[in-house]
Amino acid sequence: MSKIPNELKYTASHEWLREDDGTVTIGITDNAQSLLGDLVFVDLPEVGAQLTAGGDAGVVESVKAASDIYSPVTGEVVEVNEALNDSPEQINRDPYGEGWLFRLKLSDNTELDKLLDAKAYTAQVEEGESH
Amino acid sequence: MLIFEKSHPGRCATAQAPANSPEPKDIPTNLLRQSALGLPEVSELEVVRHYTRLSQKNFSIDTQFYPLGSCTMKYNPRSAHKIANLPGFANRHPYALPAQSQGYLQCAFELQTILAEVTGMHAVSLTPMAGAQGEFAGVRMIKAYHDARGDTARTEMLVPDAAHGTNPASAVMCGYQVRELPTGPDGDIDLDALKAAVGPQTAGIMLTNPSTLGVFERNIKTVAEIIHQAGGLLYYDGANLNAILGKVRPGDMGFDVIHLNLHKTFATPHGGGGPGAGPVATAERLTPYLPMPRVLHEEATGYRFQTESDCPESIGQLSAFMGNAGVILRAYAYVRLLGKEGMHRVAEFATLNANYLMVKLKEAGFTLAYPTRRATHEFIVTFAPQEKKFKVNAMDVAKRLLDADFHAPTTYFPLLIPECLLIEPTETESKQILDTFAEAMVMILQEAANAPEKLRDAPQTLPRQRLDEVRAARELDLRWQPTAT
Repeated sequence: MSKIPNELKYTASHEWLREDDGTVTIGITDNAQSLLGDLVFVDLPEVGAQLTAGGDAGVVESVKAASDIYSPVTGEVVEVNEALNDSPEQINRDPYGEGWLFRLKLSDNTELDKLLDAKAYTAQVEEGESH
Repeated sequence: MLIFEKSHPGRCATAQAPANSPEPKDIPTNLLRQSALGLPEVSELEVVRHYTRLSQKNFSIDTQFYPLGSCTMKYNPRSAHKIANLPGFANRHPYALPAQSQGYLQCAFELQTILAEVTGMHAVSLTPMAGAQGEFAGVRMIKAYHDARGDTARTEMLVPDAAHGTNPASAVMCGYQVRELPTGPDGDIDLDALKAAVGPQTAGIMLTNPSTLGVFERNIKTVAEIIHQAGGLLYYDGANLNAILGKVRPGDMGFDVIHLNLHKTFATPHGGGGPGAGPVATAERLTPYLPMPRVLHEEATGYRFQTESDCPESIGQLSAFMGNAGVILRAYAYVRLLGKEGMHRVAEFATLNANYLMVKLKEAGFTLAYPTRRATHEFIVTFAPQEKKFKVNAMDVAKRLLDADFHAPTTYFPLLIPECLLIEPTETESKQILDTFAEAMVMILQEAANAPEKLRDAPQTLPRQRLDEVRAARELDLRWQPTAT
């Protein structure tokens, strides 16, 4: 069973979101990294880019597949995890810590209420496994 | 071992060395090379042995069963190669006058006619050089059609999530935004999601039917109605035509434009060796936009290539002449060998082989991705339960199959199904081969439980064992360089 920390919010497309002071940090879940396998390439958004909720934010690529990353919320990119360009394996090793992808300045706080909580995301993952 | 590593100073294939070649004059000294050329120094016999041995290490359709799903690795009849290599074809210059090319032009014209007939379309252009270029041509024609009507607000192309990755790429190349459609639990398109997605912005939909999930899209008529009512067009990706050849026609399903992979369905050489061929075919309203040239026939003058004045609305020329002539001729020979009587047997035996193998593997304990559905020409096994229980995955199964002397099926595609193997036996395999393959699969299933290290350490019998794919992707290094001396 993959790790799904209680304090985070989630999307159906397997991104996680952590609320910090005024910004939000976004990454892909433990379940997502384990499905993708060893990551070999990450394409991150540019600092200053405007992302929309559900819109393309980047790409992660493993030996098995390339997968789009979607922004869970609307906002401006204020920081990206440059270290991933050289060592994308950080996402496999520590998806909720060193493997974070980018930080956003939120445009609309109410969008957070539309995201899944840990319980709802767990249910979705379990349903996927029973397929 | 690289041929460079076999090099011995001073050794030479004398028979191949240029004799009496004059020294080139007037080359400025600063442009002359100062160091040695760095070519391998080997004898002629060493060269012959080196490359013969390399060729013997290949897995290929000529040596092994090759059930690579979605690729239709069927046998390429030798007679088709022989016909394409007849001197009158092989030595024909592409600029030869039509009067001197009537034989070749007639073959190409008849292939156009036969492909149109077997797909239920109005006209065919043989120009695209491969499947992806066929897709590009098809989507460009959709755009040309909407643009010609002043219908320019259509910005979206619908693509199911099970599609080949080339579909969304082709749509983007033509300036469309891609809208992904989800698949329902039984492998058909989610019709509610489709209804919600269509609108005045819909340019069309790109579908593979049977889909990459190895099932026939049962609601295709409804899908076509929904798209057409919204003013969009239907694009058919011919990747899986082998399953329905001579039985069901894309044109009758309501498709407006299609591409065909001659290197899949029509038995021309395939893969890295290619070259490919991706002819496109259209319903009547899209025919003016077909890429040029097509071959035309007129009673008085015979066969000739179209010129621009014949097709002013064409999306243009996609290759220097008209596709790959040798591939077109092989496909022509193949369809003539089959004839109208034989064409439908391709689909019948391709689907019979797939269903036979699917049931055999299911009875042996494999998990099918769509157990309630009949297979088309291919089917999906998921190794997810074994991955969970025994910690061996689909890639381990694929590698272990190499030890059993079988080419591995497609792995990890389509992306929707975890730990999947997409298995396509094709119609050219015998029951005995299918049985032997099934036995190897059953052996691997037992090993997964009893001796999982045999899977994890596979392949053991090949010249190279498990490759480090992660390192190969992260530290790509394809260039040999001499060690400093």
